[in-house]
Amino acid sequence: MMRLQKTEMLLVVAALALGLSSLISPDWLVFTSTLAIAAALVVMGVVMLMRAGLVSFGQGLFYCIGGYAVGLGGRFLGVTDALALVGMGIVATVALAMVLGLLLTRYREIFFAMLTLAFSMILYGVLVKSHGLGSTDGFGVVNWSILGYQPDPGHESATGLWLAIVLALAAALFLNRYFQSSIGLACEAIRENEVRVEYMGISRRQVLYINYVIAAALGSIGGSLTALTAGHVDPTMAYWTISGEFVFIALLGGTGHVAAPFIAAFIFILVRTYAVELFPNSWQLILGVVLLLIILFLPKGIWSLFTQKRRAEA
Amino acid sequence: MTNILKTEGLSRYFGAVVAAEDINVTITDGEIVGVIGSNGAGKTTFINMVTGYLPPSSGVINFDGQPIGSLGPRKLMRRGLARSFQIPQLFLELSVLDNLAIALSAAEGRQLNMIRPVRTPERISAADEILEQMNITQYRDEMVTAMPQGARKLLDIAIAMLGEPKMLLLDEPTSGVSTDEKYNLMDTVMEMVRRRGLTVLFVEHDMEIVRRYVTRVLAFASGVVIKDGAVDEVLADDQVQELVTGKRHQPQTEQGDA
Amino acid sequence: MLTIWAILIDGLIYASWLFLVAAGLTVIYGVMRILNMAHGSLYALGAYASASSIGWYYASGGDQLWIAFALLAGCAIVIGAIAGFIMERGILRLMYGRDEVLMLIVTFALLLILEDLMKLVWGTTPYFAYQPYAALGRFNFGVLSVSGYQIMVVGVSVVVGAILWFWLERTRTGKILRSIIHDREVSEAMGVNVRRMFTMTFVIGAGLGAIAGGFTAPIISVVPGIGVEVIVVAFAVVVTGGLGSITGAAIGALIVGLARAASIHTMPQLELFIIYAVMAAVLIFRPNGLFGQATARKI
Repeated sequence: MMRLQKTEMLLVVAALALGLSSLISPDWLVFTSTLAIAAALVVMGVVMLMRAGLVSFGQGLFYCIGGYAVGLGGRFLGVTDALALVGMGIVATVALAMVLGLLLTRYREIFFAMLTLAFSMILYGVLVKSHGLGSTDGFGVVNWSILGYQPDPGHESATGLWLAIVLALAAALFLNRYFQSSIGLACEAIRENEVRVEYMGISRRQVLYINYVIAAALGSIGGSLTALTAGHVDPTMAYWTISGEFVFIALLGGTGHVAAPFIAAFIFILVRTYAVELFPNSWQLILGVVLLLIILFLPKGIWSLFTQKRRAEA
Repeated sequence: MTNILKTEGLSRYFGAVVAAEDINVTITDGEIVGVIGSNGAGKTTFINMVTGYLPPSSGVINFDGQPIGSLGPRKLMRRGLARSFQIPQLFLELSVLDNLAIALSAAEGRQLNMIRPVRTPERISAADEILEQMNITQYRDEMVTAMPQGARKLLDIAIAMLGEPKMLLLDEPTSGVSTDEKYNLMDTVMEMVRRRGLTVLFVEHDMEIVRRYVTRVLAFASGVVIKDGAVDEVLADDQVQELVTGKRHQPQTEQGDA
Repeated sequence: MLTIWAILIDGLIYASWLFLVAAGLTVIYGVMRILNMAHGSLYALGAYASASSIGWYYASGGDQLWIAFALLAGCAIVIGAIAGFIMERGILRLMYGRDEVLMLIVTFALLLILEDLMKLVWGTTPYFAYQPYAALGRFNFGVLSVSGYQIMVVGVSVVVGAILWFWLERTRTGKILRSIIHDREVSEAMGVNVRRMFTMTFVIGAGLGAIAGGFTAPIISVVPGIGVEVIVVAFAVVVTGGLGSITGAAIGALIVGLARAASIHTMPQLELFIIYAVMAAVLIFRPNGLFGQATARKI
């Protein structure tokens, strides 16, 4: 196998540090961190698409499927192993993504964005009208275990965090390689100049299709982790506002580094937790204003602040 | 002497507009052919049809013995037909090195990979070699947006030459390049062409460039080929002078009453 | 057989409403190449404006139907136009020339902002303005009964469509707009003040969106969130008909309206799914929608 790159070693260290810190952190922080990591996984999917020049306003579709897979698997199929539940979510999501991808890879820009929005809203509509699934209330997630290990009461959140860290680390290491691989660079090339990509003999549709399906899978894992942590799923997971939040976090962090979505997600979830309590009717207003400011002044996200600083020092 | 490109009755219409009509051209292996004609004469339409960018309205195109009329750019590249662009088509926000690295990786023709890096030592050194040949090593780690037009054209052409094409079509390689740089650019390009033994077809407006680098000329006007032959012969032709070049470009030997 | 009539009538009514909503969206896209996600919020703004003004009017003892209607339309247009003007001049202007999707995200940010502004101004309890609806009674066609108000809305959308068509096809400003739709660069080169046209187009498009909301207010309970659900359907209409085409918006509205009515009477859960399935089917045969124009690629 290949040697670990510097970035990858840092990622492993950060993951270990975060995991170990759970021993001394208060429960609410462990809980919030897990949710942030779950969100970051979905955002990584958004970032994958952005690197190809596409913006998805509908990752909530896969986020919701991942969540409901956990909920339904537990409730109706009696599955309680967390890894099995996450796996079920991935299978369902990839199956759907492989179908939708056939249509979506024909489109770009506005069409792509609005079609993804529409598909997630269609799921929302179907779920809201499904009384068997609890309609707008959703339903609760059963107690879960991992590979036979049942967390002691009081230690569930730590187990959840470790699960999230392991999955997120795997995803981050994979994406670090992916972004440097021929498919990863082909995605960026497509963003820059599709004509040239065609004339190089690369199949744009094939590249975008694979990219889309993997991004969907990441969204699903994020949704599954959220369901396992929050203990509840409901149709709002597929509502446009949630997808919009993922886009916001992606822009906040930028697409320049694999760690950026995590940092941005942490900031976002922490701020949101306070803001929603203090200003429930102005939270979206704040989001919108900050989004405009980012687009106007920091189009490459917060991460660009770090890279600019380094270049200034050199 | 094998025929590498043969078109028969090649035509393209846009509604009532005749962009190209009944083009019959045969190009043999190793030729260097110039394509001239005023704007709208059909040169770019011809190139676009041959390179799969535009489907012909009627007619046949044979490349290396195989019909290619319905194939797109992707498949044509695999068969050894490459082209450069009038406006350089590059990946602007990627570094020059990355532009070459992707092109090299794609030219190898292997399946796309999700794990193995594109920037391998072999590809990097191959890219460095190309940059040196073209004398643009200083832009190696810069984004394409930092390069002047002449450098961009060179990069565009260099990328087209990767992957051992059998035939290369250049669309106005010196357009947008300053007069003093034109000859440098063409010298560099033709040196790379000679080294690889490529067949080349290029569209050009500058008759001095045409005269210096080609052996054969296709002259287009109003969508048809009005003259096809040796350089001096074509440039001396009355109709060509009237419709394409103007009387300034007479060959060195004196003509009668001009 | 009865179901078919019900579907046709419902479909026509829904189509007329869809056209009112979608017209502004498609005009703005056609001229400015901006898909305004906040169009739904302008619709909601119009609904809130109408509902409040009608509510105030009747609460203070008014009883003249024509005044209620004047308020309904008037307040909606005014608030929509003002909001549109502020949005275009204040924010969108700063972003011209940038990527289409970036513009989309900007309009998304505006949507977020407007949704909360409306919550702050009007609160979250529903507004009702049923009086104009009730006043126009019901009409019976055999066993089926249709509200007079809905019939009026059909009329309104026909009138609006006619005005728009006349304006675009027969007036000088309309011709200028059509030239911008066709090729912005060339129009600019010919001396058209594209910036001023942009502002005018956006204000009109916003006004249209608000009017749609205004006329809808008496039929629904006006609550936060109505704007977003609208944009999802409006987009399907506009894409089916072809982005930038008013005729397209009308035909698209008819197709989507009938599809939705058919779904509601047979399989209600799949309402949105059917609408998008129809849209996808159209796109397979006409990738740019029925009346859309493909943008030429230039290399």
